[in-house]
Parts: sequence; C-alpha cells; structure tokens
Amino acid sequence: MQNPDTLIAILSCGLATWLLRVVPIVLVKRMTIPAWLLHFLNFVPVAILSAIFVENLLVIHVGHWPSVNWPNLFASLPAIGIAIITKSLFAVVVAGVASMAVLRLLGWA
Amino acid sequence: MNDELTIRSGIHDVMPTVFGYITVGMAYGIVAKTGHLSLLMIGLMSLIVYAGSVQFVLVSMLAAGSPVGAMVISTALINARMSLMSMTVAPYLKDESMTQNVLIGTLLTDESFALSMNKLNYTDHHLNAPWFHTVNVGAYLVWFVASLLGAVIGGMIPNPDNFGLDFAVVAMFIGLLYLQMITDRSKPFLRHLSVAGVVAAAMVVLVRYLPGTTAIIVATVIGCLFGMGVEHHAKS
Repeated sequence: MQNPDTLIAILSCGLATWLLRVVPIVLVKRMTIPAWLLHFLNFVPVAILSAIFVENLLVIHVGHWPSVNWPNLFASLPAIGIAIITKSLFAVVVAGVASMAVLRLLGWA
Repeated sequence: MNDELTIRSGIHDVMPTVFGYITVGMAYGIVAKTGHLSLLMIGLMSLIVYAGSVQFVLVSMLAAGSPVGAMVISTALINARMSLMSMTVAPYLKDESMTQNVLIGTLLTDESFALSMNKLNYTDHHLNAPWFHTVNVGAYLVWFVASLLGAVIGGMIPNPDNFGLDFAVVAMFIGLLYLQMITDRSKPFLRHLSVAGVVAAAMVVLVRYLPGTTAIIVATVIGCLFGMGVEHHAKS
C-alpha cells in the first residue's frame, strides 16, 4: 500500500480512537452524573483490569471453550506473590519478567 | 505512590509502567517494519492512533490491503473500552477546564487510567491536570520513541521474548489490579475479589462467542452490575 492510503487509514483510525477517548469525558463534564452511574463506575477499575488480566490467561478458540495459557498463568503466580508481599508495581513487573525468562530458559514456555 | 498531585510525583508514578510501554512499543515497531511500513508511518501511527493492540491489528490489515472502513470498525471495537475508562475518570476532573479534560482524555491509556484510579485512593479522591498530563505525556513519548527504536534496531537485537520481556505488560496489569484492590478502601477487599471472580468467570464464557476485546467490555459491565447488586444487598 502506498503512503497516502496508509496515512488516510491512520488519520481515520486516529479520529475514531480520539472520539472514543474524549466524547465520554466531555459528556460527563457537561451533565450531572446520576448517582447510580457513579456507583456503577466505581466498580470499573477492578472489573476492567480483571478482564484484561484474565484475557491474557486464556487462549481463545472462537466457538469453543478457551484453553489456559499455561506460561502466562505460571509466570503470574510469582508476580501475584510479589504484589502481596511488596505492594510495589515495579517489583511486580520485574518478578513477572524474571519468571517468564526462567520458564523460557527451562523450555517450559 | 503518595498524596502529591505534582509533575514530580507524576514522573515517579509513571516509572514502573515504562517497561511495558518500551517492550510493547518496540514489538510494534518490529512488526510494523516487517510489514513494510515506512519509518514515517510507523511513527505517525504511534502518535495519531496511539493504542497498543489496535496498532498491531492495523499493521496486518494495511498489509492485507483492507478497506479503511473495516480498519476504523476494528479500531472502534478494540478501543471501545476507552470510553468506559474516560467516563470513569471524568467525575474526578470536574474542577478542571473543558480544555484540560479534552487533553487528558486524548492521551488516556489503559495504564494511565489504572494509575489514576490507584492515585485517587491516596489523594482523598482528587486528580488534577499537572499530575495527569505528566503521566500521559510520559507514556506517550516513551511509546513513540520505543516504536521508532523497534523499527530501526529491531532486526539487530535478539528476540526480546527470550528474556520474558513480553510478559512485562501482563505483570503490570497484575500489579495495578492488586494495588487497586487493596488501596480502594471504599469497598472491602473480599468484595473486590468477588467482582474479579465474576469477571473472570464471565470472560471464560464470553470468549466462546465474542472477540477478546469485546468480551472485556461485556465482562466489565457484568462485574460492575454484580458489584452494585452485592453492595445494595449489603446495605439493605
């Protein structure tokens, strides 16, 4: 594909992403948010982060049950342990990467 | 993380997530280069689209010569969760001007969203523009530089996956999730855990029928409704 076409694609997709990011924030700013919505939104952080995490633990087969992404699951366990012990985001990232490196070194992932 | 909402604390808070941006950003650069995108387009996509998973999808769709409409729809579906995050952040930025709100929304990512949600547990539920811009712009620049770096030197370095670096992003989400559960004291830890459990179960079922990114949104909504139900029950 030539650069002009690619640029049009990038600009269109950039606009779509920008609208998704900005329109809700503008709408909420303009109106008074009903109590039930605030209440609902309170649960979004934990719920959405859980969903993103679980997606990484699954291997998706459309139309069938997902299987487990074992390397990711095994590397997650030390990361969760370190999270509980240290409460440090940095330590969790290092522990997770080190665990995955060890799994690969052992040929298990 | 502390209760300060300054540029300084913003830099401190965004640091742990930089690993994730570098590894995924470089991976994108490498993939895009292999997909024969020019350096200019690789950089522009990171600056204009600025969305991790979407950029990988776009590279493959561009290579396949997909129509622009199909690319826009894919982008919107994958990134629809950004709306949920943008809406969740908004009430904490009510005191900032509309321009500031738009600017913050423009560079909002999964990670800066999660960081801000962690942060407000330390700041008596306040967020402000200087802190948020620092986190957002820091991530944006790292992402841009990493994607160019991947495109330029990608072929010369050994596969970063061998060192487990691809797991940095997952580990980051684990950390952000756990920290959110223990720092958001408005709900007991077990309630957070039960919401996470419901979301996990929903994900396992939903990915049979929906693409992963859509399943994330539906599972999140189910988890939130479950949380509201349990809280309502606990109060009455």
